[in-house]
Amino acid sequence: MKSDRIKFLVFALVVLLMPLPLSGGYLTNVLIFVGINSVLALGLNLLLGYAGQISLGQAAFFGLGAYGSGVLTTAYGLNPWLAMIAVAVCVALFAFAIGFPVLRLKGHYLAMATLGVGVIVNIAFNETVDLTGGPSGLSGIPNLSIGSLTFDSDLKNYYLVWVFALGMILLSLNLVNSRFGRGLRAIHDSEVAARVMGVNARLMKVQVFTLSAFMSAIMGSLYCHVMTFISPNSFGFHFSVELLTMIVIGGLGSVYGSILGALLLTMLPEMLRTFQDYDIIVYGLLLITMTIYLPGGLVEGIPALFRRLVPAKKVTEGSDA
Amino acid sequence: MELLNQVTQFVISGLATGSIYALIGLSFAIIFNSTGIINFAQGEFVMLGGVLTIFSLNVLHLPLLAAILVAVAVTTVIGLVFERLAIRPLKNATPLMLIIITIGASILIRGLVMLLWGKDTQALPAFSGTDPISVAGATLLPQHLWIFGVTVLVIIGCRLFFNHTISGKAMRACSFNRRAANLVGISVGRMVLFSFVISAAVGALAGVIIAPLTMTAYDVGVMLGLKGFCAAIMGGMGSGLGTVLGGLILGTLESLGAGLISSGYKDAIAFFILLLILFIRPQGLFKKGETERV
Repeated sequence: MKSDRIKFLVFALVVLLMPLPLSGGYLTNVLIFVGINSVLALGLNLLLGYAGQISLGQAAFFGLGAYGSGVLTTAYGLNPWLAMIAVAVCVALFAFAIGFPVLRLKGHYLAMATLGVGVIVNIAFNETVDLTGGPSGLSGIPNLSIGSLTFDSDLKNYYLVWVFALGMILLSLNLVNSRFGRGLRAIHDSEVAARVMGVNARLMKVQVFTLSAFMSAIMGSLYCHVMTFISPNSFGFHFSVELLTMIVIGGLGSVYGSILGALLLTMLPEMLRTFQDYDIIVYGLLLITMTIYLPGGLVEGIPALFRRLVPAKKVTEGSDA
Repeated sequence: MELLNQVTQFVISGLATGSIYALIGLSFAIIFNSTGIINFAQGEFVMLGGVLTIFSLNVLHLPLLAAILVAVAVTTVIGLVFERLAIRPLKNATPLMLIIITIGASILIRGLVMLLWGKDTQALPAFSGTDPISVAGATLLPQHLWIFGVTVLVIIGCRLFFNHTISGKAMRACSFNRRAANLVGISVGRMVLFSFVISAAVGALAGVIIAPLTMTAYDVGVMLGLKGFCAAIMGGMGSGLGTVLGGLILGTLESLGAGLISSGYKDAIAFFILLLILFIRPQGLFKKGETERV
């Protein structure tokens, strides 16, 4: 437990000191989105990696958060912080309500149902033009501010997003090491066995689904205030698959794996600008090869590779002497 | 009278798209029954059918029939390669892994098609002209007749294959009990490969005959695939009449909803029906429920 806490402290320190050498440049901007995607991936990983329940509609909750905050602050002039809380609570309630019928389904049917929810929500963003601006998007969303401090630069937004992200990462770390987290893993291995052992599987699945929706909605609100412009394309099926790719690459059932996956998949397209639209080819290949050859993701793969290399070194040292 | 004519028109076009959904549903069911896999890349086979026909027609300058045959054949080969490279290497795969892999294959195929042929929406010329035929105050396009004809033929063909040939019966045996099928000397692996081949061919054919009506592009597969899945779910994942009925009901409801309520929500209607079915009758409209086996 103690080593877990040290690990988190080191991680938090790295995150908080990171912008210093970057001095607010382009990379800081990219790292803001790494923060947002980390939490989104983490939310999906709690659901998929820990509880074994897939969702292909995560982008919908992210989008609902973004549009909720965007519409409430532009059209109704609501205080952004108030809007963020109200929207997150509403999205969580929505997820809780649909969670019971949706999570009764398993495997492929669950995937299709969550995909259906995602597509319906995305269609709603496109069609409710009066409210959301439709396909051309919603602009003029204000930046967040505390007193006289307005989050209007990359550096300020970096700290804004990552403070939220660190909070949620800490929460998730505590959660997965709690009775609740063990219950989730029991459900993953065998739902029937878990229920026999007294785990309220049906309720816990809905709870973790609700939690992931809540986390996604908060990130959606932050996203819309950071970007000040949103359009339905950012919240479609494609993004749900991207989140799935992140945790498959990083590591299913690992908190830090989610962050690693988000980091790689957010940085990669930025570095390979020429790929732009063709990034889905890379995602497709990654999803297939990782699942076949490295189902534990990079967080398991890298240490395994390391272990394989280190003993080999010792042998050579021994032969030298 | 005006409204009645309109409704007839919506029902006709609904039945035509419904037939397509039925074919796609059938192709889902073929794979599901022999492997227990829902292939998320199924819609891409449909897309490939249309896109490859247009390519063979416009770039290779093949006659229409040859172009269609080439498209279906190439898609079938892709289905075969997909099974060999992505499905077979997995031993003891969980449903979760299969979902992720087939999603991966789906976006990979979509990306490659976009890379090779761009993002433009293209139309395939109708097979035998576009002179409308008047039926009961509504108009029927020759392409509609092609769709109904091909659908009926494919369904009869599948029925004959699964009920009256050794391979078809062997595939059904796998769907009932893989281990028992293996024990009586059926090569389950080969049957799985067969199911992907047949399913890709049926999917591609569906994509070819719908292309003249709806146009096609690299990204049409997602929606078509999901609606075909919806049809299959309504029919209880069988490869029989249930799926066909499911497809026709879905197509008609969608067309009526789009015409009478709002066209922007056309796709949402289909998914709403999908969710309702999954929540209320996940075993299909026409089947009795089964208890969960542990």
